[in-house]
Amino acid sequence: MPQLRMTGRGLWITILIVPPMAFVALFIVYPIISAFAYAFFDWQGLRRLDFVGLENFHTVLFVEPYRSWTLNAFKNNVIVFFALMVLQNGLGFILAYALWRELPGARFHRIAVFLPVVLSTIIVAYLFKLFYHPLFGVVNISLKAIGLGGLAQPWLGQSGTALWSIIVAQAWHMVGFPTLVFLAGMQRIPGEILDAVRMETESEWVKITKVVWPLVAPSATIVFTLLFVGAFNWFELPYIMGGLDGSPFGSTDVLGLYFYRTAFGNVSAGQQDFGLGSALAVLIFIFIALVATVVTVRLRAREIQI
Amino acid sequence: MSTASQSYYDRKGLLATLGRDGLLQIILIANTIIMLAPIVIMVFSAFKTTPQIFQSPFGLPDFTQIGNFIKIWSETNFLRYLVNSFVVTGASMVLILTLGTMAAYAIGRYAFTGANFILMFFLAGLTLPLKLAIIPLFMLMRDLSILNNQLSLIFVYTAMGLPTTVFIMTGFIRTLPSELEDAARMDGASEARIMWSIMLPLVRPAMVIAGIQNVVPIWNDFFFPLVFIQNDDLKTLPQGLTTFMGEYTTDWGVLFSGLTLSAAPIIIIYIVLSKQFIAGMTSGAVK
Repeated sequence: MPQLRMTGRGLWITILIVPPMAFVALFIVYPIISAFAYAFFDWQGLRRLDFVGLENFHTVLFVEPYRSWTLNAFKNNVIVFFALMVLQNGLGFILAYALWRELPGARFHRIAVFLPVVLSTIIVAYLFKLFYHPLFGVVNISLKAIGLGGLAQPWLGQSGTALWSIIVAQAWHMVGFPTLVFLAGMQRIPGEILDAVRMETESEWVKITKVVWPLVAPSATIVFTLLFVGAFNWFELPYIMGGLDGSPFGSTDVLGLYFYRTAFGNVSAGQQDFGLGSALAVLIFIFIALVATVVTVRLRAREIQI
Repeated sequence: MSTASQSYYDRKGLLATLGRDGLLQIILIANTIIMLAPIVIMVFSAFKTTPQIFQSPFGLPDFTQIGNFIKIWSETNFLRYLVNSFVVTGASMVLILTLGTMAAYAIGRYAFTGANFILMFFLAGLTLPLKLAIIPLFMLMRDLSILNNQLSLIFVYTAMGLPTTVFIMTGFIRTLPSELEDAARMDGASEARIMWSIMLPLVRPAMVIAGIQNVVPIWNDFFFPLVFIQNDDLKTLPQGLTTFMGEYTTDWGVLFSGLTLSAAPIIIIYIVLSKQFIAGMTSGAVK
């Protein structure tokens, strides 16, 4: 009888476990492994031709004009990451701290700060595109109304401001996420620790830098890592607000956009290249995985367990 | 308050005058205005004609003017995009919750060889940006003959949703007591019966969290439809929106009402269920 029970249970577990694993294997694991294999072949449109070794990697890294495109997109991604680190995560920390004190209206403020997060990126992209319109957008109209008409400009139309305008839209969209993750981290700090600190010092600054910040380190690790991964495969906002070629003049081009354009770009113009696209994907992928792992391990090591 | 003490506070600056809570309160109020203003302007503009938007972009509209919405309803494929989004999101959610609960139940409830490996297998999919595997995914969908078919979206979303779902639900299922199960087993209930009648009702809170965490990104996704779907009749709402925005570039009233209509369902649900939404969407990051 035990024998029979065991096989029955084994079968039952198999029935439960195999279908979900099959989905993940077929639609996540297999494509990711294939992405690596694809990068070593020469492709003509959708047809795979010869094995070319590292040639695709060589092309996107060292052969002009690909080299400049790759460097420009990477440079813009670095700007995006550091700008969002300050605007999105930095503001998020300040807002979390403010919400944590449970001032009157805190509940309402919490609902408001997270509201943009639930919106589709496409809605945010078009909304801000309309707001940034040089003639009729509310940004320039507001500037004129408060007497700063001299600052009005075609925000998305010139290379100096285009990327930053998109970054601001992104920060508006997502600032609620780090805010609430930080807030959750602060709420886990035990009351006794805070009472002890209150006895020791009156300074708000000391309290934040020496107590709150170290104790929310686990939340920081998470929001930093997610921002890093998100920033380096950023696609939708620059695609809608700046266009597929990162206009004007490549100033809003980022790796995600460049990768998509190389792989799926204008088919009729003969711009579709799965080999180069895959090589780019593999490089971005390795870069993200490597940095995210190193940073996570280093940050984790500095965390204090409560 | 004498004038003397008043000026004393003035010298100390804003922080002293208001107190630190006052300063924080100002930060919160300013932030809330910045968060809400774009949405309010969007909704107001949806009820204005294009000249009205240009003349008074911040003015209160006449909310009975619904010409823009009628135009969208009758002249565009908006309703079709909305239905497509419902179909794709709904089917993906049913699959994610069914398959996710199955896997999490097996891993969390039974001790068997390889259980940890299987959990790791699911977790490995958590942080990998699947966008970067879009070329092989595209070829796979082509080989399965489901390019330009909603199944391609449903399958990818299901696979993407399973890691977080298995992660959240396995943790939850492990915390459930085993007394009820053992009692039922003594009475001769089958494993399937125990899972269905006894355990599943207890798992519901975790299913809600996992459901919200997946439903928002799936409903909002633009990237996979962009690659997989060409046929206008099959487009989802975010993807359809790009078609629509391209057609009405000069009619801003219609543009804003299109954005408002697209945003409305999720904003309304969020305001009603904000607590569950926030818990669901941040749960992966807050352990």
